[in-house]
Amino acid sequence: MRVIAAVLAKRIGMAIVTLFGVAVVVFLLLRVAPGDPVAMMIGAGASAADVAELRARYGLDQPLLVQFGIWLAGVLRGDFGVSISLHRDVLELLSERLPATLELATAACAVAVGLGGAIAIAGTLVRGRKAEAAVDGVNGLMLAVPDFVWALAFVLVLGVLWPVLPLSGRMDPSVGVPFVSHFYLIESLLRGRFAIAGDIVAHMVMPVLALALPLAAVIVRILKEALSEAMMQDYVLVARVKGFSESRLVIGEALRNAVGPTLALTGVQFTFLIGGTVIVERIFAYPGIGAMAIDAVINRDLPLIQGLVLVFGALFILVNLAVDLGAVALNPRLRHGG
Amino acid sequence: MSDPLTISEQALIDARGVVVAYGGQRSAFGRAKPEKRVLHGVDVVIGRGQTVGIVGESGSGKTTLGRALLGLVPVADGSIRFDRHEIVGLKEDALRPLRKRMQMIFQDPMSSLNPRHDIRHILIAPLLLHGLARDRREAEVQVRAVLDRVGLPASALERYPHELSGGQRQRVGIARAVVLAPDFVLADEIVSGLDVSTQAQVLQLLGELKRDMNLSMAFISHDLSVVRAVCDRVYVLSGGRVVEQGACEQVFASPHHDYTKVLIDAIPLPVIDPQWLGRGQRST
Repeated sequence: MRVIAAVLAKRIGMAIVTLFGVAVVVFLLLRVAPGDPVAMMIGAGASAADVAELRARYGLDQPLLVQFGIWLAGVLRGDFGVSISLHRDVLELLSERLPATLELATAACAVAVGLGGAIAIAGTLVRGRKAEAAVDGVNGLMLAVPDFVWALAFVLVLGVLWPVLPLSGRMDPSVGVPFVSHFYLIESLLRGRFAIAGDIVAHMVMPVLALALPLAAVIVRILKEALSEAMMQDYVLVARVKGFSESRLVIGEALRNAVGPTLALTGVQFTFLIGGTVIVERIFAYPGIGAMAIDAVINRDLPLIQGLVLVFGALFILVNLAVDLGAVALNPRLRHGG
Repeated sequence: MSDPLTISEQALIDARGVVVAYGGQRSAFGRAKPEKRVLHGVDVVIGRGQTVGIVGESGSGKTTLGRALLGLVPVADGSIRFDRHEIVGLKEDALRPLRKRMQMIFQDPMSSLNPRHDIRHILIAPLLLHGLARDRREAEVQVRAVLDRVGLPASALERYPHELSGGQRQRVGIARAVVLAPDFVLADEIVSGLDVSTQAQVLQLLGELKRDMNLSMAFISHDLSVVRAVCDRVYVLSGGRVVEQGACEQVFASPHHDYTKVLIDAIPLPVIDPQWLGRGQRST
């Protein structure tokens, strides 16, 4: 536990520095990038005076440094500003949309780990036989096709040709549920509203699979390689001498030793997966922060983009921290500080 | 004693014409890799309660032979009988009932003990698997007895392999092998990674266990002084063939094959031999 506490303390310090850096970079980039938020908001026939007034209202007439200072001071108070395009509090928008993306990304990651782990173990069990080539072939296909192509393929097959799954949204709009949180799936499960949970899951199947398949493929690659390495270790031979079955050799002996690189990689890939939600949420009109990010960029909604990027940054840092702590917890040699 | 055929009736392990080859099987795309033979028809007989040394330089096939005797590598030709059961060609499932009767101690105890499992898990799991203990409590009692037998404190149960010294780890390796009360133990270069005084302790422990449990052992080593100290019979392997075999004292006293003489001459002298200058000339 002492090791974990030390890792935590160090990481929180680093996280603050990193987030500050993210804030500076995104703020500056957005100011340098072409595109005028005021021009996006106002009609083509607006007078110069109207433009100037709007500029002043959003503080856009101030020097860059002053703008940054005002924004940063606000963020530290928990005030992320007001969205220019949606005219609503940024923090409120984020807290509505983030849970949807978290449910989607976590489900995708869980599916990817489960599917990838199962394929890697199955491939290890049949290694050296023809079935292994089949496993590798399928995995190559999963790896080669990116998430948005999977998404479009699912739309075509499961949404159009054989329409068994809902094509868009987070749940059936005709269902009115007084949710108290924005974690609809978790809340509906906790409240025992399983019909509604089923509807939410049905809406998630396609986007989750589209996000999960490429990640699962990467997990298979790394885990299967590490497993076949571990299977050649003496302790696996010892376990074979003990009389353990082949599946127990793979799962009971090799897996825990092989899982380290996979865990680290899954952490890194999970952050890419959160990036992947931007396009996949858009394709399925899933109301998360990814879909919102595209609208925010199109509308040059500076406060909203800044808020979104900070949230993405914080997510990346949190995921990586979780991965590092997981690695410490899994490896007895790290656990005792050795 | 000197003729392996006369003792084959009570032999625990009787291997005839064992051929092991790597490669050669077709890959997924139908391309055949050339086959490389590691053992070219080896005969080995190990009697009950007997310790047999298998010596040879690296690459001579001694480790492969040991693993073939345990059914751990596919045997291309020949026959290996363990207590009159043919094990060549047996599927892993069919071999499993015999597994607890044949155990193995490895050269490197660090790599042969799973770093993610504590010693308790390493020792107890096989007992439960083979039904040698009814429950964890009974297994715990047996495991503590074995630990005590190999000279380790019960507190070692809580440890992970990396928290033990090399000698302690090798004792765990021995405890792991004998906790199943096997008939046969293969010891593959088990002392070569240890310093000399620890070597002596480990060898003495093995000798006691062998006597107390009536173990048959195959002792693989490139170090002939170790083999001489523990073995009843010795097989000398070179290039995948047995070039010389016989009772230990006989082979050491009057080696017939040139290769055996070279190996024996490679033994560092335990005491200074006044004639050591002339020794090399005599034997080459």
